[in-house]
Amino acid sequence: MTGPDVPDSRSAAVPAGTAARHVPGAAELFLAFAKMAVCGFGGVLAWSRRIIVQERGWLTAEEFNEQLALCQVLPGGNILNFSIMYGSRCAGVPGALAALIGLIGPPMLLMIVAGILYRHYGALPALRGMFASLAAAAAGLLIATAAQMVRATVKDRLRPAHLVTLAAFVSAGVLRWPLLVVVAVLMPVSVALAWWRRR
Amino acid sequence: MSEESDLYFSLLSIFSLCSVIAVGGATAAVPEMHRQAVDVHHWITDRGFSELFAIAQTSPGPNVVFVSLLGHYVAGVPGAMIAMFGMCAPSCTIAYCAARVVDRFRDAPWRIVLQAGLVPVTIGLIASSALIVARAADRDVPTLLITAASFALCYWTRVTPLVALALAAALGLMGIV
Repeated sequence: MTGPDVPDSRSAAVPAGTAARHVPGAAELFLAFAKMAVCGFGGVLAWSRRIIVQERGWLTAEEFNEQLALCQVLPGGNILNFSIMYGSRCAGVPGALAALIGLIGPPMLLMIVAGILYRHYGALPALRGMFASLAAAAAGLLIATAAQMVRATVKDRLRPAHLVTLAAFVSAGVLRWPLLVVVAVLMPVSVALAWWRRR
Repeated sequence: MSEESDLYFSLLSIFSLCSVIAVGGATAAVPEMHRQAVDVHHWITDRGFSELFAIAQTSPGPNVVFVSLLGHYVAGVPGAMIAMFGMCAPSCTIAYCAARVVDRFRDAPWRIVLQAGLVPVTIGLIASSALIVARAADRDVPTLLITAASFALCYWTRVTPLVALALAAALGLMGIV
């Protein structure tokens, strides 16, 4: 399956019409995803965008949004799905595995160490203040990432699609509706808008 | 020996199921994990489950690694590996197949329209999780100020967010938060 598919999927990582762009290999994928994992306090998404779009320039902001979009409606963690999809597009099955192992390997080792400490000492209250403070800073980073994503889409002008973004934010974030309901209602509307706009 | 392999099999089957129902991220399956680990199998107390979840939440890495901490508590290092494998293998296989399908049809109009339609929803959902995370983290004025300062640093400057995290950790260790 990988043989004939690899050159095909390689070109998918670099859209037609753009100048040749660097397509990372398995080792580079491993390092980049390991970095976002160990930096990623309070969620990895903010770091994945930062490292892949801003730091390495492997994808543009639009391409990153597009690749991430499908990952959100599939089961499993968004970033895990992203590591599999992006990794396989760049370097086939080895690329997907390299990105995945980079992403979950280091934090898993940390979890095992934490698990052993927990078994012996319970939750460490001395570190509670530090963790609370880290969580607050991570929240600020995630808000900044969301704001940058919104800013990137409104750079031209406001469109009906922005109402979809607002509706998703209000229903899932403010009203805390179940994610399945939000996606089931908004996705058809949003796809219909995209279809209408393209015609 | 057979008791151990029964335990491993339970971990594998529970987390494989959680993997497929976790639409929107691993956190979506946490209620089911809680039901199985606390109520059905009595592997851990309610309080223990919450403490493990809090430890995982404050550690770096994707949320899904909570599963390895829970698996470790139940059955040691093999438990961590098996639980994590169960949690990742089904959803990652689906993601891989979805990527192949999407790439095969990458010039098809429906594929382009579908992907373009998903993006606005995605951005709204990321903004939602930012709000939810901030609500959980900002319990008082100091944490709220840390979030605001971290936002300002990450949004308006090109300084690495590690600076914000390190400053926050230092404030926390000094007992200011």
